[in-house]
Amino acid sequence: MAKKILLISRHAPYGTSTAKEALDALLAASVYDQDLGVLFMDDGVFQLLAMQDSAAIEQKNIAAILPVLPLYDVENIYVHWESMQQRGITTTELVLNAAQVIDSDAVSCLLAQQDQLLSF
Amino acid sequence: MSTLHTVNKSPFTHNTLASCIAICVEADGILLLEDGVFGAMKTTPCAFHLSDLIRQGTKVYALEDDVKARGLLEKLLPGVLLTNYTRFVQLSIEHRCVQSWY
Repeated sequence: MAKKILLISRHAPYGTSTAKEALDALLAASVYDQDLGVLFMDDGVFQLLAMQDSAAIEQKNIAAILPVLPLYDVENIYVHWESMQQRGITTTELVLNAAQVIDSDAVSCLLAQQDQLLSF
Repeated sequence: MSTLHTVNKSPFTHNTLASCIAICVEADGILLLEDGVFGAMKTTPCAFHLSDLIRQGTKVYALEDDVKARGLLEKLLPGVLLTNYTRFVQLSIEHRCVQSWY
């Protein structure tokens, strides 16, 4: 039976490699045909800003990688509403249309449903 | 006799920018780089105090490459000056000391 797995990505892109490592882990996990989801919260919501241009700092553009997630069958994509609000980010600025914006109560429910959490 | 303060951490996860702002005086400069550029946004807990400093004459810089990488060009606090690595070197020479808040 497929396990419910949720990866939680809580770090800003580029300053450290944590955000990129989370994405790599997510894409790797997608190979195993489990019920996989990802939640962006805290500074992790900055990964979703559409206007990123990381060419000058010679790093891969996170905003360019994120839209492939549905192609890897990662369709449960969640963004923490309060984290967006605290950072002044609106839904129109997000690079992923498929992302569901959910509040803290919904995050609590989501976590309670999982068999395994991957924390980044 | 002034100090250049550099901050490279997000103000949402670290209190480095708040510590810097508490210490900073008019003649000083603040340079935001790496994840520190999130501190240059209009929508941070420090935005009010940073605006105050800018009004009082403190120069606040943000590294343009890091701002662009994170997609923040349209979200910056008015008065924040975009800068590059060459200017970063000049600034560190123009100021007497450099304090890194990391």
